[in-house]
Amino acid sequence: MLQYDLVIIGGGPAGLAAADSAREMGVQSILILERENKLGGILNQCIHTGFGLHTFREELTGPEYAARYIDKIRQKEIEYKVSAMVIDITRDKQVTIMEKGTGLVTIQAKVIVLAMGCRERPRGALNIPGYRPAGIYSAGTAQYFVNIDGIMPGKEIVILGSGDIGLIMARRLTLEGAKVKCVAEIMPKSGGLQRNIVQCLEDFGIPLKLSHTVTYIHGKERIEGVTLSKVDANLEPVPGTEEFVPCDTLLLSVGLIPENELTRKLEVPMDEKTKGPVVTPEMETALPGVFACGNVVHVHDLVDHVSQEAKKAGENAARYILEEKT
Amino acid sequence: MYDAIIIGAGVIGAAVARELSRYQCSILVLEKGEDVCVGTSKANSALVHAGFDAKSGSMKAKYNVRGSLMMEELCRKLDVPYERNGALVLAFSQEETETLVRLKRQGEENGVKDLAILEKEQLGKKDPDLSKEAVAALYAPTAALVCPFLLTIALAENANVNGCEFLFEKEVTHIQKAGEGYEVKVSSPANPGRQESYLGKNIINCAGLYSDKLHNMVSKKSYQITPVKGEYCLLDKSEGTSVSSTLFKVPGKMGKGVLVTRTVHGNILLGPTAESISDKEETATSKEGLKRVLMDTKHTIPDLNTGMVITSFAGLRAHERNGDFIIGEAEDAPCFFDAIGIESPGLSAAPAIGMALAEMVAEKNNYPKKERFQEERKGITAFAALSPAEKEAIVKEKPAYGNMICRCEMITEGEILEAIHRPLGAKSLDGLKRRVRTGMGRCQGGFCTPRLVEILEREWGISKLLLTKTGGNSRLLTDENR
Amino acid sequence: MTEKKELTCIKCPRGCGILVETEQGRIVSISGNQCKNGKEYAEKEVTAPTRVLTTTVKVLSGTEKVVAVKSKEEIPKEKLLPAMEQIKEITVEAPVILGETILEDLCGTGIPLVATACVTRKRDKTI
Repeated sequence: MLQYDLVIIGGGPAGLAAADSAREMGVQSILILERENKLGGILNQCIHTGFGLHTFREELTGPEYAARYIDKIRQKEIEYKVSAMVIDITRDKQVTIMEKGTGLVTIQAKVIVLAMGCRERPRGALNIPGYRPAGIYSAGTAQYFVNIDGIMPGKEIVILGSGDIGLIMARRLTLEGAKVKCVAEIMPKSGGLQRNIVQCLEDFGIPLKLSHTVTYIHGKERIEGVTLSKVDANLEPVPGTEEFVPCDTLLLSVGLIPENELTRKLEVPMDEKTKGPVVTPEMETALPGVFACGNVVHVHDLVDHVSQEAKKAGENAARYILEEKT
Repeated sequence: MYDAIIIGAGVIGAAVARELSRYQCSILVLEKGEDVCVGTSKANSALVHAGFDAKSGSMKAKYNVRGSLMMEELCRKLDVPYERNGALVLAFSQEETETLVRLKRQGEENGVKDLAILEKEQLGKKDPDLSKEAVAALYAPTAALVCPFLLTIALAENANVNGCEFLFEKEVTHIQKAGEGYEVKVSSPANPGRQESYLGKNIINCAGLYSDKLHNMVSKKSYQITPVKGEYCLLDKSEGTSVSSTLFKVPGKMGKGVLVTRTVHGNILLGPTAESISDKEETATSKEGLKRVLMDTKHTIPDLNTGMVITSFAGLRAHERNGDFIIGEAEDAPCFFDAIGIESPGLSAAPAIGMALAEMVAEKNNYPKKERFQEERKGITAFAALSPAEKEAIVKEKPAYGNMICRCEMITEGEILEAIHRPLGAKSLDGLKRRVRTGMGRCQGGFCTPRLVEILEREWGISKLLLTKTGGNSRLLTDENR
Repeated sequence: MTEKKELTCIKCPRGCGILVETEQGRIVSISGNQCKNGKEYAEKEVTAPTRVLTTTVKVLSGTEKVVAVKSKEEIPKEKLLPAMEQIKEITVEAPVILGETILEDLCGTGIPLVATACVTRKRDKTI
C-alpha cells in the first residue's frame, strides 16, 4: 500500500493551490490525484480570459492560469497521478484509485484534502416538458466539444440560464459562426457577472430574456425549437406569453452543484444550502484531518477565490501533519 | 424465403425470436428503430406484476401470471437484473379496502400465490416511509423488478447467437400474401426512396403501437390501437432507500394509477399517468402530466424528495379498444401470428407470450427443436458491482476496464467496448445507455458524452458527425470547426 | 449638447457602472469607475472599443486536436469576426509551447496571436 502524508483529491485549481501551499509549509510527502489525463481541471476548457486578476494581477485565460500552478507543482516536484479516479475513500483515510494502465491502487493518507470541484445541473432537475431529442447539452459539455474537440454541437442555439458558462458559450459559439438566438433566464436578474453580459451578449447583439424560461422542447429526433414563456413573480409561466423559437441546439447553464459523492462516503455533515461539507474556518470537515476547498465546498464565482481558499486549506492541512509529527 | 419474419424488436419480438430460435427454422427480425427496445418496451414501469390486476379469464391474466412465474429463471439464464421486492396496493378508505378484498380474490382466481391483506400496523413495519393515511394494503410478494432494456437486449442477443437474423431501420410498409407465405415490403429511413422486400412463410406481428396496422394489411377482422401515454419521473439513487416494495394505489378507471417503485438499479421511478392520444409517436411529457406524477406520489410517500428528479420521460402503451391482449394466428390469414394490444402487463407477460407464439408457429409448421440451443448468456460485467479482488483481476486481464468513463455510474471503457462489440451491439449514445447505463446517472451525460462520442467514432470507424443519440436524424453534432 | 453614455466596465469582475459624457464626440467627463483601468476602458469604449480574442487553432501531429490561443493584446472589436475567419484557416505543427506566436499579425491589426496552452507532439508509432 502506498503511503503519503497528504493526499489531495482533484488536480484542478483547488487541488493545485492546496498542494502548493502545503509544500510551502514544509510537507514533503504529497500526492495529487486527478481523474482526467492532465492537471488543470475545468480550466483547460475555459479558454477565455478573466482569470487571475487577484492572484497574479493580470488577466489570464483558463489554461494560462492552470499553467502557472502546474509550473509550481513541477518546480517543487510535487507528485501527482493523472487518469487516476478515486473510487473509494474510508474514514480511516484509505483512498482507492483506479489508475489507467495500472489498475487498482490503495493509498494510506494521514491527511486528505477534498478538491473535486463541481458539476453542472442536468435537464432533469428542471423537468422541462416535451420531447427528449438530440441537441440538448449542458453548457460545459458544449464547451468541451467546441474548445477541446474542435466540433460544433449545432448552428442555431438557445441558451437556458444565464450562468457564466452559458454567457461565455454564447460568445464562443457566435465567434464560431453559430447563431445564438437568445439567452433565457428564469430569474429577473442574471446570475452571471455583469462584464460577461456586456462582452458576451451585448457585444454580439444577443438578447438576454430575463424572467423567461423554456416551457416545452420540440422535435422528436433532433431538437427543432423551444417554447419560451414569460414567468411571473413565483417563477410560474404566464399563459399567453408562449413564443416558439426555432433552434437545433439547447444549451443549459442552470447552475453548478458541488461534487460530493466521495465526501458522502466519509459520512461527514453536509450543508444543505451549499451542498458541500460543513467546514471550519480552517477548511476542515467534521472528520479530523480531512479538509475541503474550492467548488466542492460551495460554488465560487471566481477561480481566484478558489485558489485563496485552497491555499488556506493546504496550510492548515500542513499544520495538522507537522503538529502530529512533533 | 425465411421460415419466419418477426416484425418488431421490442420485448415481445425479442422474446418470440429467442423462443423460436429453439426450433429448426430460419428467422428474420425486422425493426423500424436503430436498436432493439426503442418503442414501448423502453418506457414503462419496469415491473413484473404479480397478476392480480387483470380480469380473471382474460389473456392478460393468463399471460401475466405465467410470465411472472417464468421471469426469475429467464433472468437468471440470461444474466438480467431481477429482484423480487413485492408490491403493495394501498387503500386509503374503508371503500378502498373492500376493493382490496375483491382484488385479492381476483388474483387468487388468476393463480397468483401468497396474496395477503395487511392491516395498518403491519404496513408501517413493511415500509416506514409510506403515508400514515393508508389504512390497509394488498400484499403481493411475487411482484418483482426487472430492467426492460437489459431483458430485451439479452433476449435479442441470445436469439441472435442461436441463429436469428436482425435488421434495423427497416420499417414495414406493406404485407401481402405471396405464394406459400407473405411478402413484407420495407423502407429504410436512411434511404427513403428505396424499397426492399423480404419473403416469410410465417409472420409474427410484434409491432407494438403499429400491430393493428400490420394486422389490418392481411386480415378483414380489424383491430385498433390507441396510444395511451404515461409520464414518469426518475429520481436520483440517493432517494432509492426510501422505498422497498412497489407501491400502488387502488386502481381507478384509467389503469393502475401512479405508482412508486425502486428500479433494479436503485433509482426511484414515479408514474405513470394515463392519457389517450392520437399520435403514435408523441412521446412528449407535459407540464400537467409531470405535475400530477409528483403530486400523486406525495399521497403515497409524503416525505419523498421529489426535488431529486434526474430525468422525466413518457411512454406509449399500445391499448387495443377491447382492452385485452390478442395473441395467436389471425383467423383469416393463415401463418400470420399476432401479438396485439400488448400494454401493461406486457413486460411481465413477455416470456409467456414469446413461448406461446413460438410454440404455435413451430406446431403449425412442424418445426423440430434444434439439437443444440444456447440457452444461457452472460451479461456485460458491471465493474462497479465487483469486489476489489475481482476489480483488480479484470483490469489485469482487460486493461480497458481500468479506464473510467462515466463517473456517476462508475462505468469503464471495458464495459462500453463490450456494449459496442457484442452481437447486436450499441451504435448510438442511447444504445450505450440502455446497455451499460452511461449518462444515466446524476450528471445525465454531462461529463461522459464527449468521451462516449470518441469511443463510438473510433470503434465504428465513422465520423462523429454521423453519430446519433438514437438513430435516424438524431445527430449529435453538426460540423467540425477546426 | 452633452451626450451621456452608460457603460459597464469589463476590466474586472466588479463590473462598475460608468457614466461617460461627451460633447461633439469629445469626452468631457467620466464617473462611476473605481480605478484607472475603468477610466481607460471607458475612454476606449466610446471612441474605439477593443477586445481580447480567445479561440483555438488546429494542431497537426499533436496529442490534442486544437490548441487554445489569444490575441496578445486587445484588437478592435469589429475585427473579432474577420479575425476568426483567418484563424479557422490556419494550422500549427506540434509541439506548441504556451506563449508561442502562432501568427505575427492577426487580421491586419499588427497584434500577434499566441498560444495559451501547450500541446505535445504525438509520438510516431512506426518508429
